[in-house]
Amino acid sequence: MSPSASVHSAVEPAESPLTPESWGKLGMWIFLAGDAVGFGVLLASYGGMRLTSADWPSPYDVLGINLTAAMTFLLICSSVTMVKALEWLGKGDRTKCRIFLFLTALGGAIFVSLQAYEWSKLIHEGLHINGNPWGASLFGTSFFLVTGFHGLHVTGGVIYLVSIIRYVTNRQVPQASYNAVEITGLYWHFVDLVWIMVFTFMYLI
Amino acid sequence: MAGAEHKHPDYMRIFWYLAILTVFEIAVIYAPFGKATIVVLLFGFALTKASLVAMFFMHLRFETRTLGMVAVTPLVIATLLVFLLLPDGFAVAKRTAGVKAAVSAPAKH
Repeated sequence: MSPSASVHSAVEPAESPLTPESWGKLGMWIFLAGDAVGFGVLLASYGGMRLTSADWPSPYDVLGINLTAAMTFLLICSSVTMVKALEWLGKGDRTKCRIFLFLTALGGAIFVSLQAYEWSKLIHEGLHINGNPWGASLFGTSFFLVTGFHGLHVTGGVIYLVSIIRYVTNRQVPQASYNAVEITGLYWHFVDLVWIMVFTFMYLI
Repeated sequence: MAGAEHKHPDYMRIFWYLAILTVFEIAVIYAPFGKATIVVLLFGFALTKASLVAMFFMHLRFETRTLGMVAVTPLVIATLLVFLLLPDGFAVAKRTAGVKAAVSAPAKH
């Protein structure tokens, strides 16, 4: 048994087979499950609205997918820098961990900036929340709602990442922040996972 | 065992899988397949990518069953939701097939 495990059982006497390795991790997973239902409802209702509409525009003709494909790639890259940050922290290299956490936050910030650029371009072309020149007005509504909800998650993630860099810096030993960084990673990968779904359902199909 | 840092999988390999699947997704929409085939393929690619992220980046593969069950719950709810919405969607789609204007008049039940 590792030292952290013995500390854990000391503070948690009523350990059962269901007791998680980390309560924080379980907490994050439960939050993410709830959040996933939120996104699931948004995407399912998007599908419902699209199916019942006879003049739904073709998303890849209106939205264009070149920029979004690049944004998808960027988010995948930022997921890789996130796991690298955790890997380096596990090896005890706090400096490399912080560099990779910073790169992850940077990736997220660029993603949100590109999304802002995309939104302003589309708004300029006539895509509004209450109507557009291509067909069903709900097309714009659902587009801004779903990508906006995801964009807020990315923005929150960037703030989360920046604060976790501070947290890692302030611990006395690098390993003390391992669990917290892993939990941050869960959130960040979830945001990536949701984007994979949003990109497929709202841009490609 | 418990509390120990789990082994790190080969993240770069997962990265390449994700990148290649993204290229496939974009290639598929220009492929000369029927709409239904494209949708099924895209859905398959997206699910594969999401599973790769959850299993390896989020370490679900190396976690306890409790966490796995928490993670699977929204998937079950989402699947139920699709089957709740689809029949209604198909019914309306069938009724309004070929009649573009019909959609603007809400169907009376």
